Amino acid sequence: MDSSAWVALALSLKVAGWATALNLVLGVAAGYALARTRFIGRDVLDALLTLPMVLPPTVLGYYLLVVVGKRGWLGAWLHETFGIHLIFTWQGAVIAATIVAFPLVMKAARAAFEGVDPKLEQAARVLGLGEVAVFFRVTLPMAWHGILAGVLLAFARALGEFGATLMVAGSIPGQTQTLSIAVYEAVQAGQDDQANLLVLITSLTCIVVLLAAGRLSKVRGGLP
Amino acid sequence: MHTRRPSLRRCLARVGLCAGLGIASLAAAAAELTVSAAASLTTAFKELGPAFEARHPGHTVRFNFAASDALLAQIAKGAPVDVFASADQDTMDKAQAQGLLVAGTRRNFANNTLVLIGPADSPVALKTLGDLARPEVKRLALGKPEGVPAGRYAKGALEAARLWPAVEAKAVYAINVRQALDYVARGEVEAGFVYATDAAAQKDKVKVAFTVPTATPISYPIAAVAGGPNAEAARKFVEFVVSPAGQAVLAKHGFQRP
Repeated sequence: MDSSAWVALALSLKVAGWATALNLVLGVAAGYALARTRFIGRDVLDALLTLPMVLPPTVLGYYLLVVVGKRGWLGAWLHETFGIHLIFTWQGAVIAATIVAFPLVMKAARAAFEGVDPKLEQAARVLGLGEVAVFFRVTLPMAWHGILAGVLLAFARALGEFGATLMVAGSIPGQTQTLSIAVYEAVQAGQDDQANLLVLITSLTCIVVLLAAGRLSKVRGGLP
Repeated sequence: MHTRRPSLRRCLARVGLCAGLGIASLAAAAAELTVSAAASLTTAFKELGPAFEARHPGHTVRFNFAASDALLAQIAKGAPVDVFASADQDTMDKAQAQGLLVAGTRRNFANNTLVLIGPADSPVALKTLGDLARPEVKRLALGKPEGVPAGRYAKGALEAARLWPAVEAKAVYAINVRQALDYVARGEVEAGFVYATDAAAQKDKVKVAFTVPTATPISYPIAAVAGGPNAEAARKFVEFVVSPAGQAVLAKHGFQRP
């Protein structure tokens, strides 16, 4: 059996895992901010943050190349200040996957937070809890089902990310060649055996993720 | 005043004639040719297309540019392609062996050379292939050898120079030669292997270090694809590419005569 397929699987899981972890923080924070604060331009900000979900991945990939590339304004600064070069690295792939999957967590979190009854938070405050404690002991636990649904979708989306990743991270076996990119390359090169193995692994992985999602939702009493 | 009025019959005859001609020209116009061409031909073929259409009114040409192996994989899976132009003989040989070509239509239409390039503003001096092993060269862009002829030529040259083991870890594989060119043009890699014609297409952003000798000459074959929807138009397109008019366009883009 070809070991490069397993290397691609491990890399895909690593990239999707990091992207999901980052989105758990960023998406929940953004969702909470949008649900609980009122400010001018909130709808515009929501639309901008949702953009990665609807924009073609190639457009995102191009934006990323222009921004974090060696000649991009952020990329040039990172390179000169820290010597960091994101293009063609697995960290670059994580950034692409994070941005693509971000709206799924943010949207789910916003809806979940808006569904939490403010009276319960008020009651917790009356009973003497601080704002941080109210968030972690009342708001977050009550919104968790909705957020979890978004997080699982985001993991699946990050696992399947192709267009932006290919443009930003390229295709370096063992470093940035994720499962979806390996499938594309095998088909392009006419290597049907390799492609068959890779799509089998990808399909099985997705089934496992779906089963895990179902199991989690049962434990937690069902996804909304 | 007396004017000559055409009889109804004559009128009808004229209408009938016009309709007949119209249908005949429609039948000719229905030839919408699909040409699958190697990525390195992108710029030149985009100019050849309208020139062919101007010479053969009623024909329209659609292009499908990708790495030669990817194009072969599509044709082998039954893609409705009329003409196939590959960047190497191996890929066309495979197509021929699989019975995908119209017998007798295969022609060599252009030659090219492989060059090593770097970003125009790069401080890294590349004098020989051996320089690629130096630490200043962190990344090297080349087409994926399994699917891109330019990548195979490059890997072959590096293997011949016994440098492949030293530079393999630096390789960034592109899905076609134009992507390798783009990586260099954006300054994301310090060096890359492309064709001389690709380098010329971005000459303000990349500089050619030197021409890389290849074991076999880089020669482009073209052929009509068996079972393509427009066999006659496909033949005409192949003829046009090898004709003086077609060759003039290719020469303008830096391709050498076969």
